[in-house]
Amino acid sequence: MPHRQSLSALNRMLATGGISSTEITTHFLDRIEKNQQLNAFVSVDREQTLARAQQADHSRRNERNLNLKGLPVALKDIFCTQDLLTSCGSRILSNFVSPYDATVVERLDKDGFFVLGKTNMDEFAMGSSNESSYFGPVLNPWNTARVPGGSSGGSAAAVSARLAPAAIGTDTGGSIRQPAAFCGLTGLKPSYGRISRYGMVAYASSLDQAGPITQSAEDAALLLQTMAGFDSRDSTSLDTAVPDYLSALNTGLENVRLGIPKEFLDPSIDPEVLSTIETALQEFEKLGAKLVDIELPNSGAGIAAYYVIAPAEASSNLSKFDGVRYGHRASEFSDLLDMYEKSRAEGFGDEVKRRILIGSYALSAGYYDAYYLKAQKVRRIIANDFSQAFKQCDLIAGPTTPSTAFPLGKNLDDPVSMYLNDVFTVPVNLAGLPAISLPAGFDQSGLPIGLQLIGPYLKEANILSAAHAYQKVTDWHQRIPGDYE
Amino acid sequence: MTRWESVIGLEVHVQLQTQSKIFSGASTHYGAEPNTQACAVDIALPGILPVMNRTAVQMAATFGLATGATINHRSVFARKNYFYPDLPKGYQISQYEIPIVSGGQINIGEGDTLRKIRITRAHLEEDAGKSQHDGLGKMSGIDLNRAGTPLLEVVSEPDMRSPAEAIAYLRKIHSLVRYLKICDGNMQEGSFRCDANISIRVEGDSELGIRTELKNLNSFRFIERALNHEIQRQIDLIEDGGQVVQETRLYDSDRDQTRPMRGKEEAHDYRYFPDPDLPPLVIEDAEVEYLRASLPELPDARCDRFIDTYQLRKSDAQQLTADRGIADYFEETVREAGGNSKIATNWVTGDLMAALNRDSLPIEQSRVSPISLGKLICRINDQSISGKIAKDIFSDLWDNGGDVDQIIEARGLKQMSDSVELEQIVEKILSKFSEQADQVRQGQEKVLGFLVGQVMKETGGKANPKAVNEILSRKLSP
Repeated sequence: MPHRQSLSALNRMLATGGISSTEITTHFLDRIEKNQQLNAFVSVDREQTLARAQQADHSRRNERNLNLKGLPVALKDIFCTQDLLTSCGSRILSNFVSPYDATVVERLDKDGFFVLGKTNMDEFAMGSSNESSYFGPVLNPWNTARVPGGSSGGSAAAVSARLAPAAIGTDTGGSIRQPAAFCGLTGLKPSYGRISRYGMVAYASSLDQAGPITQSAEDAALLLQTMAGFDSRDSTSLDTAVPDYLSALNTGLENVRLGIPKEFLDPSIDPEVLSTIETALQEFEKLGAKLVDIELPNSGAGIAAYYVIAPAEASSNLSKFDGVRYGHRASEFSDLLDMYEKSRAEGFGDEVKRRILIGSYALSAGYYDAYYLKAQKVRRIIANDFSQAFKQCDLIAGPTTPSTAFPLGKNLDDPVSMYLNDVFTVPVNLAGLPAISLPAGFDQSGLPIGLQLIGPYLKEANILSAAHAYQKVTDWHQRIPGDYE
Repeated sequence: MTRWESVIGLEVHVQLQTQSKIFSGASTHYGAEPNTQACAVDIALPGILPVMNRTAVQMAATFGLATGATINHRSVFARKNYFYPDLPKGYQISQYEIPIVSGGQINIGEGDTLRKIRITRAHLEEDAGKSQHDGLGKMSGIDLNRAGTPLLEVVSEPDMRSPAEAIAYLRKIHSLVRYLKICDGNMQEGSFRCDANISIRVEGDSELGIRTELKNLNSFRFIERALNHEIQRQIDLIEDGGQVVQETRLYDSDRDQTRPMRGKEEAHDYRYFPDPDLPPLVIEDAEVEYLRASLPELPDARCDRFIDTYQLRKSDAQQLTADRGIADYFEETVREAGGNSKIATNWVTGDLMAALNRDSLPIEQSRVSPISLGKLICRINDQSISGKIAKDIFSDLWDNGGDVDQIIEARGLKQMSDSVELEQIVEKILSKFSEQADQVRQGQEKVLGFLVGQVMKETGGKANPKAVNEILSRKLSP
């Protein structure tokens, strides 16, 4: 059955003619239809997607274009696509069709990956549970009373339930890694600038980064290879060569120094998460890695800094949603100001409004220095902590999240405890570094636990090869939730 | 009676004449159908990102170099946040804390009246679109063609003390940006706009009064009128025991009055912060040096050279060098005219300027080329035609084009200097007007002019008046 195969395995099967794109795509489209209760997808166009699969089969047969992969992937609804709505989990964009494709979509397309469907997400990527979506919450396939994590919750749930062989998400403060951890998947946030942000609806521009949510590090490498690289349309994208991630996968862990920040093994975190991570680290040691105690003394300030910087940027980024040129416009209003106010009041959900308010406040005259500038200073200090740490180690390891997936609704009335979910992921975004979350075990109730590996700037290959080495000797990443086998 | 002194600072918006917009590839061409020159970036679709237009950066740096300013090696783009329908992103990308150009100076007047006007800064930013409220019923229209057009905002210190000084400063900047070819200077199309900050104080005071800001002044004439009006309004206000309120006012040219646009209580908090989509703008020393070496001769230097090289009066030199196109035209005309700068000056400042003004044409679209005008001057010089005939030929060239020599030939306008032929005509006229001839012989020299006129008439204006005079004088000498 195609859904029991990884993206890489399907790719190999396609190349040898063992299966067709059409068969694969039909299979996943059927599974999406049968599992709508998860609410993982917000838009799917069966006919159009099948036509893409048939095209891929045709060109593989007739033009012997073996580079053209012909594989469907799920795409977070934050990426602009011409063929499907791009609603970003928001009412204000619920009718929006982009006239252009995001660079990520173009690159996927060039390598023969096509969009299986657009996945649900927290509104404008603001959330850690996928409960802020205008289209309703996504359920965690491991336990449907639990959240899948967020903001790329739909992407993670889709791959976890094997409704898609792989998915693309975005990560501003943990939005790829945290849902990957909650759903038992491999989620990679590349270095800031590695993948173009062009066509990705901006949440916090200095932190946003696209990345894959997959079954394995190998799959992540395959998709990163396709998406990474300079884009002249994004001034923050990096104009440096993209390494061959796939061929670096088997570098192994021999003599790799794995830094363990004592701040990440805080006794306040879930003991089951802690013990699982400790077991996983022993496994890394067996594979040749050397564990080194390190410190990230200021990482604790990460959440505070993040929740100033990200909302500040968001408050400005979301100003374009004014009901004037596209998106939701209030049906009745008395004048221009009233139109703005009503359109935005109706169009945005509570969490988005909360962050716009926080951000506007942090940037306003008289508060700018105390909040925004201070947060930027903290950001530099945190980045500096990482630079210091990487003098002692090659990679940093720890838990991705302080707990496993929490119950739906649990943190809805308590934004701060919701925000604290990102305590281990946020510092990585602030420093612009690459990091991966990979499945490292389960708690007693059967919920997945994620281990995070953080690398120096642009060292995605090192992270991927370490993760791959671990996945070669463990099978956590191959586990499929019972109802979806 | 109190003697008031006005204090004026100007913010000049110079639209940089790049081919494409400051952060997108859309064309900046003026006058297209609404919203046909606005791409995804300009209309702020979700997911779009700005990319810096390097030519705009070079133009800004060039301006800085020409005013003796500092070009900041690293400058930063910031977002100025406010909602308005013609501002698609909900923020304007501008430079706030660190502009590309800092400092600089423009000199106005000369000698005893020389004043140095300091330029505080010049920064790059994007223009907004335009709102249209007329002719659409209860709706308003938004045209985003202009959105994203590069602007250089030149901010002066409050160094000007009269509307006349403000205008002189503004003209200098206008001339300079045209010299540097960074702006077409077209005020009607809004390529060159100005806001003014004005306050008054008792002459001799060192503290500044409360200022008002006048927005969107779009012709030199209106600016001067608006400034005069606003200064008088402030004086009247204070002399009546009132106080000036810090506010933005709009000048209504139809009514010749200013009225408040928005008060301070509604002052925006623009929530400036560095734009995370654009890395700091870096300009390397090598690029600055390259731009410095590429600077053209600037108006003041050219004016001095004109006085020197062409022996012009200062006023003529200033008039000819205020606009780079006219100065270029003049120099080419002189070259074609074999160096006759005096006649060239008269023609360029006279007939040519009059014709350009009449048809509202810029010098670049002059219907008579400097080559033709030079040739025409040569023909005056070698006495082939008279100055009067030359004016006639100039009109012909202006209206119908063509070649100077061919027109002279075709219309038989060549001046008659051949004395044999002329003498015959003079004889004929003398016999026809014998009475007048006698009067001249009896010493009534004024009548000579009448006879000259008759000869000119007889020859259809082609006779060389000097030669006619000579012949007549000789024949009628007592």
